[in-house]
Amino acid sequence: MGDALLVVLLGLPMTLLVTALAFAIGLVGGIPLMIGLRSRIRAVRLACRFVVDLIRGVPPIVWLFLLYFGVSIGAFRFDSLTAAVWGLGIISSAYLAEIYRGGFATVPRGQSEAASALGLGRTVTFGRVLAPQALRTALPSIATYLLSLLKDSSIASTIGVADMVFNATMFARQNPATAGIVPFFIAAAVYLIISVPVAVTARRLDTRLRRTH
Amino acid sequence: MDLTEYLPRLGQGLLVSLQLTALSVVFGYVIGLAFALGVSSRRPWLKWPALVVVEIGRGIPALVVLYIVYFGLPALGVLFENFWAAVIGLTFTAAAYSSEMIRGGIQSVPAVQREAASALGLSRTTSFVRIVLPQGLRSSIPALMGLAIMSFQATSLAYSISVNELMSQAYQVSTITFQYLAVYTITGLIFAAIAVPATWLSVWVEHRLARGAV
Repeated sequence: MGDALLVVLLGLPMTLLVTALAFAIGLVGGIPLMIGLRSRIRAVRLACRFVVDLIRGVPPIVWLFLLYFGVSIGAFRFDSLTAAVWGLGIISSAYLAEIYRGGFATVPRGQSEAASALGLGRTVTFGRVLAPQALRTALPSIATYLLSLLKDSSIASTIGVADMVFNATMFARQNPATAGIVPFFIAAAVYLIISVPVAVTARRLDTRLRRTH
Repeated sequence: MDLTEYLPRLGQGLLVSLQLTALSVVFGYVIGLAFALGVSSRRPWLKWPALVVVEIGRGIPALVVLYIVYFGLPALGVLFENFWAAVIGLTFTAAAYSSEMIRGGIQSVPAVQREAASALGLSRTTSFVRIVLPQGLRSSIPALMGLAIMSFQATSLAYSISVNELMSQAYQVSTITFQYLAVYTITGLIFAAIAVPATWLSVWVEHRLARGAV
């Protein structure tokens, strides 16, 4: 039990690292996709819609295998961590673009009209008036997405990233007689311990934002 | 090496993936409904256990659930064939997620519906089963459709417990042909070819429901 706990916990930093890096890529990568989704040019809008839906239509494990096994340019190949981070990062970009877009959709049209009546330029209107309001409403969804990303980071174990789940399977394989279900229960417990506080905070944030509106 | 001769194998894998999806969605939504009723219950001995199970199901990765069922339960003397281990694991995840969606749908039914039902002299059970539940389920349809698409994608995780679904077949074909990029691109496109139109369908249904049609 003690050994299993130690082995699984040793994977925790990797779990958090994969989640954090993929989330960072998604937070940034979601912005251009979101702008494309809101474009005034129909062709750009449709193209971005198609890209976002396509990215989300392919399961994470297929993305990771595609990058890890599929990409070899000359001598270049992704190592497992890089493949996992970029694969999950690409997926996050698509999901977060959609969440950002949803946030902007809730900002009343009167806001941009008022901004233009005040003589603000389009960039200022976007950056100082619309974006802060959109981000506020999108915050609970972003937090919820972060949790689902934390869980999806476990898929990195399938290409050999030594996260909690990878360590749990290794421990179970090396100690088939004694380990059994224990390392997986430990990993499950750690995921719950991380995600429950975030989930509770997101729910509180959500109800508070609803009340102020 | 010619990839086309391996396409039937991917087709067989897709068939298994679709079977996994159908079973886990059907069982998962029925159990999810039961959990939704449990969580909505006023009886604390029913409400809290249901809530804990739902939060556990939503809080741990589907992959870990699969490993627990596949590696874990045999240690307790319970043995499953890989396919059924995957069905059980995916069903549990689908049940946990669907129960929150169904509960949200039930909550979205305006209180006046219940009041009107009681004014008409309907009993509480009749009012819930005949008035509240149908409307609640109707408004949770788009979310449940989305979850079915997620469940279809999640079947790819069954690769990790050696179920012969699409992802496992893709892995085997890629190790035979060495055409990793082509095989995983085709596999991804097969998943997307089903998931993307299904997403559009769910968006369309959502719009229609919002307009009060259907």
